[in-house]
Amino acid sequence: MPYVPHSDDDVRRALAAIGVDDVEALFADVPEALRDPPIELSAPLDETALLKRVDELAARDRTTGPDFLGGGLRAHFIPSVTPHLAFQSEFVTAYTPYQPEVSQGILQATFEYQTMMCELTGLPASNASMYDGASAVAEAALLAVRQTKRETVLVSRGVHPETIEVLQTYLWPLGIALEVIELEDLTTPVPDVSSEVACVIAQNPSFVGTLEPMRSLADAAHGAGALFVAAVDPLSLAVLASPGEVGADIAVGDGQTLGNPVGFGGPSFGFMVVTEPLLRQLPGRLVGQTTDVDGKRAFVLTLQAREQHIRRSKAKSNICSNHQLTALMATINMAALGPQGLREMAEGSVRRAHQLADALRAAGGDVRTGARFFNEFVLCIDREPATLRRALSERGIRAGVSVPEAFGLGFAVTLATTERTSDDDIAALVSALGDLGVLASARQEVTA
Amino acid sequence: MNASHNAPVGVDAADRFRDASFPLIFERAAPGRRAARPPVVDGAPMEELLGEEHLRAQPPGLPEVAELDLVRHYTQLAHRQFSIDGNVYPLGSCTMKYNPKVHEEVAKRFQDVHPYQDEASAQGVLTVLAELQDDLASITGMDTVSLQPAAGAHGELAGILMIRAYHEAKGEGEQRRVVICPDGAHGTNPATASMAGYDVVEVPTGPDGEVDLDAFRAALGPNVAAVMLTNPNTLGLFETRILAIAEAAHAVGAQLYYDGANLNAIVGRARPGDMGFDVVHLNLHKTFTTPHGGGGPGTGPVGVKAHLAPYLPAPLLVRRDDGSVGAEGQRPTAIGRLRSHYGNVGNLVRAWAYIRTLGLEGLRRVSTMAVLNANYLRVSMREAGYQIAFDRVNMHEFVARPPDGLKTLDLAKMLLDYGVHPMTVYFPLVVREAMMVEPTETESIETLDAYAAVLGQVLRDAQRDPSLAHDAPRNTPVRRLDEVGAARRPILRYQVPKA
Repeated sequence: MPYVPHSDDDVRRALAAIGVDDVEALFADVPEALRDPPIELSAPLDETALLKRVDELAARDRTTGPDFLGGGLRAHFIPSVTPHLAFQSEFVTAYTPYQPEVSQGILQATFEYQTMMCELTGLPASNASMYDGASAVAEAALLAVRQTKRETVLVSRGVHPETIEVLQTYLWPLGIALEVIELEDLTTPVPDVSSEVACVIAQNPSFVGTLEPMRSLADAAHGAGALFVAAVDPLSLAVLASPGEVGADIAVGDGQTLGNPVGFGGPSFGFMVVTEPLLRQLPGRLVGQTTDVDGKRAFVLTLQAREQHIRRSKAKSNICSNHQLTALMATINMAALGPQGLREMAEGSVRRAHQLADALRAAGGDVRTGARFFNEFVLCIDREPATLRRALSERGIRAGVSVPEAFGLGFAVTLATTERTSDDDIAALVSALGDLGVLASARQEVTA
Repeated sequence: MNASHNAPVGVDAADRFRDASFPLIFERAAPGRRAARPPVVDGAPMEELLGEEHLRAQPPGLPEVAELDLVRHYTQLAHRQFSIDGNVYPLGSCTMKYNPKVHEEVAKRFQDVHPYQDEASAQGVLTVLAELQDDLASITGMDTVSLQPAAGAHGELAGILMIRAYHEAKGEGEQRRVVICPDGAHGTNPATASMAGYDVVEVPTGPDGEVDLDAFRAALGPNVAAVMLTNPNTLGLFETRILAIAEAAHAVGAQLYYDGANLNAIVGRARPGDMGFDVVHLNLHKTFTTPHGGGGPGTGPVGVKAHLAPYLPAPLLVRRDDGSVGAEGQRPTAIGRLRSHYGNVGNLVRAWAYIRTLGLEGLRRVSTMAVLNANYLRVSMREAGYQIAFDRVNMHEFVARPPDGLKTLDLAKMLLDYGVHPMTVYFPLVVREAMMVEPTETESIETLDAYAAVLGQVLRDAQRDPSLAHDAPRNTPVRRLDEVGAARRPILRYQVPKA
């Protein structure tokens, strides 16, 4: 049987040592009525048959061709060295580093991760990572509620729609109100913040690609005694003003763009970095530096009094794990690329998006952006986004993330680029959209 | 196993001859070096495209290293890390079983599909997820499964929120304020109940190691929303009165929640659904052997009986009339999203591959041999001089403790010098000096014999010479750490020298 080493003789020997006659005796505590339930599973496959089945299935997935999908996840360049190093079996098959003497590999890599996230975000204290960007935003809101003891959260419409859904899920059982700031010209207006507000949450670049007035939003939050939560794309921070620079108290986001594949949405990892006064409110694991009895520098999980396994029902969160391996991918990837490589990727993404927007406008496309946009923008269209996605997919192009109705744009999609986007990719998309009549119809409406 | 010639896992050869600390990647860096080069796109400067006010003043202080230095650094760090692939890792309640390598190949085949691409162009991965959803429902005896939660604790949150939504829909939301957990429960159970807005009541463990039924009945009432249990429990004992527990809970209108952390004991042989549980979460990184990855990503699918299905978090996968698989939108009654997209798909496809490889007979063999190994090691540890907290036939794990006068922590550190990993220590809280041992089914009898021999050796060493216990470990990359100092003066980042 796969992965179970016991021979018949091993089983006999073990049963004799235990002092029972057969393996069924080991399950005597299970009430008879519960034993041997009807479970329906297909017949087992050997490795060859399994991989053949996987090949058949994978052939039904499009993973090549021009790709303009974003919406928080993008297929950026990942050098070969990154997964090669991260997927060493010591990193893959280790548990949480509770025995630090034999876990310095993961502990030190996490300390390096925390340092890199502090450098990117301009804030001083990072946890060891979380589930994903959306749940990290929700945890940030809960942190703000704990810290300020206030019970309303203000979130910009420009925050990823799925993130807003997750916020609702996390806040309703605690009776925390969630209010949405609607966009004006695809940009978050500076809101009136009342004294009940625990935090203001804005995303930069926003779901529709806009560079938000982060400093003004931070000032508005602080003016009312609220915290400011910046949900950011970490790759963009190679060029954009950091959350620390704009006055954010908490930086959160999804780390996929730092070196993980899009992976049909997961696993990537969420990150959370905070100002010094919020350190002891941080949910999740933290790695700290210390020394061993010989005076050597060493690393250990620390400040665990915040966590569920110590505090149980009084913990800051029920979170029990981090996304260690995917955060390690990001750590190694950041070291592989360095500040220069990351900047080139961010700049390339920005330039390609502006080239694409220009090309679409020139072809009559109804492109919408805020005053400034990063590497993603809105194209208003004349049909259901899913219909357009299907038509483009049939032409070998993956593009067109739906913009929900709540944005008030009618039928609209976002288009995203990376440094991997080529001139040919852009030409192919513009040509396909033209053939499909998406650009022509927009032009007619404009002229009409 | 002899410490003098059996090098502990994690010792870098160079490190043995160096008193200095192992460098950080930042300390291997020099300006101008780099490993990887992305494609460069020429064009307008960022000031022009983005506006000066949006740009950062200084580049982030990330390390600049050459590729071989990068490779050496993270290879040497890997060598400073214990792993299952290196040696036995019998952490109780963690199910540190072997992670099959073919799963890594399977995961790579699906890693470049984007969750927002046209559904028709993602039928391969969607089919895998739909099949897994069905398989997990059958394995647990539940009606419907959501694959979305990112970890066991995340699945717990989904489960308890569904129970809350169910009570609220019945107009009993105000009345039911309490979640009952046994005192031996995983810490996530009470923490989850708090996050869901509930008060927690703990019920004691009885003298036989199972939930004290009288105390449990006394705690039940019309104010109880849910009862959270794991079965077998954290002492590795099957709750033999589970059907009575379920009946009593349901009689007062409470919902029964199954913490799937210990499913490895019964997978294929018994189902939480048949025991009367209304909600179950699974830890795919335990029973279904997705890699622990040094602490995550885990994956915590959640399954429910039909009466809770209206509250399941979307996206749920459905088979459409044309035979294709699609994602169903959020039901209006649902608790809402717990995270973005479908879940930790990279792990979900690994778990699918595991179930496809084993089939039902293979899964039954898993639980059978997991229980056999745990009982064999219990007997061996007793013979080696340890006390067994509840010395009866156990399931996939058991709890031991050292003879009086010896500290579990010291013995755990002594084990490290023999290149093996300690068990879970000081949990569950209901046993003092607890050593919670779960060998899993993938360890051979010879490995268990060797582990028991080392356990006997460290016990004798500690009794003979207390300084051996106090000074352990001696042969690890670093030795005992100043954990109090780490918490008193937290240093959570390296101060990168600024140019």
